Amino acid sequence: MARFSFFGEGPPGIELEELKGKMVVLEGTDGVGRSTHVSLLKQWLENNGHAVLDTGMTRSALAGKRLRQAKEGHTLGGITMSLFYTTDFADRLENEMIPALRAGFVVLTDRYIYSLMARSIVRGADPEWIANVCSFALKPDAVLYLRLNIDDLVTRVIQTKGFDYWESGMDLHLGADRYDSFVEYQRRLLAQFDSMVEAYGFEVVDASGSIEEVFDDLKQRIARVVEPERASGAGKGKQ
Amino acid sequence: MPASMKMYGKHRFPGRLFIVEGIDGSGKSTQLSLLHKWLESEGYVASFSEWNSSPLVRDVTKRGKKKKMLTPMTFSLIHATDFADRTEHDIIPPLKAGAVVLADRYIYTAFARDVVRGVHPDWVRSLYGFAVKPTVAFYFRTPLDVATKRILGGRDAMKYYEAGMDLDLSDDIEESFRIFQGRIIEEYEKMVEEFGLVVIDATLSIEEQQLEMRRIVTEALTGTKKTRVRRWLDLASLGKAPQE
Repeated sequence: MARFSFFGEGPPGIELEELKGKMVVLEGTDGVGRSTHVSLLKQWLENNGHAVLDTGMTRSALAGKRLRQAKEGHTLGGITMSLFYTTDFADRLENEMIPALRAGFVVLTDRYIYSLMARSIVRGADPEWIANVCSFALKPDAVLYLRLNIDDLVTRVIQTKGFDYWESGMDLHLGADRYDSFVEYQRRLLAQFDSMVEAYGFEVVDASGSIEEVFDDLKQRIARVVEPERASGAGKGKQ
Repeated sequence: MPASMKMYGKHRFPGRLFIVEGIDGSGKSTQLSLLHKWLESEGYVASFSEWNSSPLVRDVTKRGKKKKMLTPMTFSLIHATDFADRTEHDIIPPLKAGAVVLADRYIYTAFARDVVRGVHPDWVRSLYGFAVKPTVAFYFRTPLDVATKRILGGRDAMKYYEAGMDLDLSDDIEESFRIFQGRIIEEYEKMVEEFGLVVIDATLSIEEQQLEMRRIVTEALTGTKKTRVRRWLDLASLGKAPQE
């Protein structure tokens, strides 16, 4: 029996039986520390002898560059942006993630269709429509949802990189300035992610602790997927 | 994106949308351009939108095709992205303003091509769920050998994806074209009833086909106002002749 399945109808020409690796998704709003943890986890997994593919939004060979340019120009409409992101995702799914799974890699992805759906829905997309569009994706082994409440998120973003145009949802005209807009936009995204927890089986990870604390939590959860036989006895050891 | 996204068949606009479909070489573009000229001469404001023409997305499509990077899935999605851009910029705004919009190829092109490439028919239909339902969708029914002759006689070189070469149907590009287009015809035929496509016999003379189109379009235009922009002559006469 194949370990993997698609949410709906998958892309043509893929033999699910051939996919041997593991897929772990890190999800969460902007500024929760996803990319920091992806790079820490990659290193840790490789140290433990696992080959790792890490990938994330707008990194596809096909559409990544143009998509990043489109974001700078702010000229594309909401439906168009959603589909552009989906194209980027499909290219990475078929040309990076699936080949890596075939080769037995651990695929560690910074965001997945959940982010894509959340940002589309917040911008007015029909939820059923975007869920159908994304239904060609593989169901991952685990979705680790890094969660911060809105106050902690704001504090963290001020301390780090500041309020980015898109991460503040400035295209939606939600507030008088970037601060108001950021708070309202991230609040809406957060509500979308929270509503997916049960439907998509997210594991909620409290992201309010120190980097080390969150990293330890993530390691234990990933160990259960990647090394199920060892993880049962694994606590905080040097997994 | 509008606050609540409208789905196929649910849009309500004062304008009219006429689209043409058919395989390459069916003569649909010639017919649409004749219709365009006629509509303008009748005083309607008509705008025109072509498949695969959104400037921002076009580069990705072009590069993807040139480097043969496209899978059936990304081929489908990049064309849907292009179509979304045109829907949001070129189709919905003029329809809201009460204009006539003409489109050379529409969502049915994607349904035919993508399904022949192995994409699931239900998925591709839901992908385009945001599309505005056309007032009339014309399908130019053409026997395969007629279309093939027109294509082989007319254009310089058949292109890789247009001939369905990515499907490994045949090493010979002409043979591949024939098989691929044959399968596309089968998909179109299935859609005639599913979407109520209006069939035009593309073996008739150009004049006969155009007459038929104009008759159907005239009927569909009832109630649409002619929104011709006044020309210099009209404006000049405004000053002289008393109004009403």
